[in-house]
Amino acid sequence: MRETLETESLSDRRLSRRTFLRVSAAAAGGLLVSLYVDLPAFADEGQQAPAKGYPPEAFVHIRPDGRIIITVNRLEFGQGVTTSLPMLLADEMDADWSQVVAELAPAGDIYKDPVYGLQMTGGSGSIANSFQQYRELGAKTRAMLIATAAARWQVAPDQCRAANSIVHGPGSRSARYAELANDAARQQVPDTVPLKNPSEFLLIGKRVRRLDSRAKCDGSQKFGLDLDLPGMKVALIARPPVFGGRVRSFDDREARGTAGVRDVFEMALVSGSGVAVVADGFWAAKQARDRLRIDWNLSGIEHPDSSELRNRFRELARMTGSVALSRGDATAMDRIAPANRIVAEYEFPYLAHTPMEPLNTTVRFDGDRAEAWVPSQSQTTEQMAIAEVLGLKPEQVTHHTEFAGGGFGRRTQFDCHVQREAAAIAKRFHGTPIKLVWTREDDVRGGYYRTMSAHRVEVGIGGDGTPAAWKHVIVGQSWIVGSGPPWEPILVKDGVDYLVVEGVTDSPYAIPNLHVSAHHPTVNVPVAQWRSVGHTHNDFVMETLIDELAARANVDPIAYRLRLLAPEPSKLRAALTLLQSKAGWRSSLPRSHASGVACSIYHDTATACAVDVSIDSKRLRIHRVTVAVDCGLAVNPLSVESQVQGGIVFGLSQLMANGAITLKDGRVEQRNFDGFTPPYIVDAPVTIDVHIVPSGAAPTGVGECPVPVGAPAVINALARLTGTRHRALPLLSV
Amino acid sequence: MPTYQLYVNGERKEATVDASTPLLWVLREELKMTGTKYGCGIGACGACMVHVGGIATRSCLVPVSLIGERRIVTIEGVRRDPVGRAVQDAWVEKDVVQCGYCQSGQIMGAVALLKATPKPTDANIEQSMGGNMCRCGTYVRIREAIKSASAQLK
Repeated sequence: MRETLETESLSDRRLSRRTFLRVSAAAAGGLLVSLYVDLPAFADEGQQAPAKGYPPEAFVHIRPDGRIIITVNRLEFGQGVTTSLPMLLADEMDADWSQVVAELAPAGDIYKDPVYGLQMTGGSGSIANSFQQYRELGAKTRAMLIATAAARWQVAPDQCRAANSIVHGPGSRSARYAELANDAARQQVPDTVPLKNPSEFLLIGKRVRRLDSRAKCDGSQKFGLDLDLPGMKVALIARPPVFGGRVRSFDDREARGTAGVRDVFEMALVSGSGVAVVADGFWAAKQARDRLRIDWNLSGIEHPDSSELRNRFRELARMTGSVALSRGDATAMDRIAPANRIVAEYEFPYLAHTPMEPLNTTVRFDGDRAEAWVPSQSQTTEQMAIAEVLGLKPEQVTHHTEFAGGGFGRRTQFDCHVQREAAAIAKRFHGTPIKLVWTREDDVRGGYYRTMSAHRVEVGIGGDGTPAAWKHVIVGQSWIVGSGPPWEPILVKDGVDYLVVEGVTDSPYAIPNLHVSAHHPTVNVPVAQWRSVGHTHNDFVMETLIDELAARANVDPIAYRLRLLAPEPSKLRAALTLLQSKAGWRSSLPRSHASGVACSIYHDTATACAVDVSIDSKRLRIHRVTVAVDCGLAVNPLSVESQVQGGIVFGLSQLMANGAITLKDGRVEQRNFDGFTPPYIVDAPVTIDVHIVPSGAAPTGVGECPVPVGAPAVINALARLTGTRHRALPLLSV
Repeated sequence: MPTYQLYVNGERKEATVDASTPLLWVLREELKMTGTKYGCGIGACGACMVHVGGIATRSCLVPVSLIGERRIVTIEGVRRDPVGRAVQDAWVEKDVVQCGYCQSGQIMGAVALLKATPKPTDANIEQSMGGNMCRCGTYVRIREAIKSASAQLK
């Protein structure tokens, strides 16, 4: 049976307040915002998003050989979107999956996110926002193919059916999609089409292997950094050692003497200035850059020092900040005896993202046109930034999306600084493609980190062992505050940036008297979103404190959390309940091991995990992680499993002893992976088993949801094992 | 600049480059074999791993002038080896990759491991693969795929 409308749970993508905040949190760049802030839907929260037509020909191309090219309107940087979005389209199209090829869309209006109104990848929104869109595209294509076959056979369309890229008609008539494609393209695109009932799904909900796997295993997958164009030159920039520093003078004689060097020049950066080296290849550019002698003007700029910043943040956390939330009775704490209060202070460092593929962008400027190859997340704003630098209109810049080697929040920045730098250099070299590369050193020292943060929390414990009063101060830099319209008015309320307090102000726990305030100190170290944004530190604080309360109450940590949730069904309740049944091993651990639990709700996906740890030769060992996740309908459970496993490991970066960025006299103390060291295989859990809550609800994203839970779960396990509750990260010793 | 004769994946190649140029950049920019990746340039991440004379080698650290007659195998050529084939197939079967950028190096490391230790323990895997970083965190699947390839090769 087919139905014209989706089942309610699968179709109800409304622009709720939450979605609105999410849009704001994830989108990059300011200029484009008006495009969607002005959408009528935003005037009335809860109103259905305006219907928008998407021409199937922009997304599906059936080739004469039967290959089906599906265009993906996102960046692929590991999350599997070049498999999962084609699955949606191919399923509704009844396409032969073995013939499906995915391609990344260039920048174009038609490829903008249907909810965000920008072409971008972020906020774990690709599946959530394009679930309906890609299914409809598939169903429309299928309807056009069936109509073509029916007309050819002079039968009614409903006498035909499609399967595996073939339309079957009455009798034994059949026609391959490839034979029908040319005529089908002349069909009118239907306005509405029936979508499959979930019971008819052939791909959606199945464990489908990645389409890009083979190419990524044999070296043939091209990433942005692998781009090779005729006449292309490679550019590196010597960057100021302190953020905002400027070149006073430089001696480039030795640099220019390096074979293969084409030019050396000073250039303005988004902040301060640097010296660009353009050469025939990377190695020549790198050698020449190393040979530059630059006299930097570092006066008049801040020279932050991590120890000084820690003190400053800690002192701020001891004062009430701008109020983010005040729920219940603000005086409730006063009536709780001091013995029943916990005061906890937390410290978090700057964190770099360090995606494995160093940042890069290639631009060729042809005077009245330009072409860009960008392995990055925000096509719309990056295309605009490149155009602005080159004095062109965005539509004069052909913008190719390149596969990227990871991102984790680093490949989308409001200022599009990497693209601006590449464009500025390309402008000097008419007709020559310029590949700007950030070396790993540039990346580690280049800023746009997860903010340093300090928290101070006072919890008053009620007679039943649950938190009766909770007073929470959060200190963290904001890249929104001070940015002006349109972002600041949307995200900042009463001086508080939602991205700094998310996870606390909207905590799922029923805390009757909750007071949350925040400070946003200004430091010249640029900060940015880091996979799961504010939840990276906020969920750590919430989950370690809740765990402490559970231990004090002598209640199992899963049972305690369930008790603190609202009684009605919720994704988090479902995830915790599933975890409870799957982590039975918690009660039968060896004496030298301990378990810990944590959970999170992020962009409407609930994640709960339990970890099994021990300490071997003074080294933390994570043996096992069991995760339960409720992400609505799991479009590709295999992909969900991979994302959750990877996200857990990414989140554990926070614990790594050398996993912090620190500054001394304004200079970043780490240079490369020798000083800033994310987890290697020995630091990762030996096994991570992932369990998905069965659900028919609309799918939500899984790219970020697992990141916040691993670190607090490990810290909670260590507290059980050693009695020490670590409140400062990274974990310098166990 | 001197010209170097290199034997890459069974073929003779030539590159005229500065003697200090790391093998990584000769492969990527001169020979246009971009399957070998730049991740850190200091031998700390393993994305650039190739086999030189049968030994897993970080190509970002080795100047081309030191290669001499040693045979080089890269990700583009490792499939000709039965162990290479088994590892690549296990990687696909276990759906290991995410962004995929580090995986050339992971696979080259795994092939070297299985050639030396056909039945690796978890400790062998951790030791041998211990310097290959994956920021996507695919480690549990890398572990599974190595064991799966090992089982296939018995």
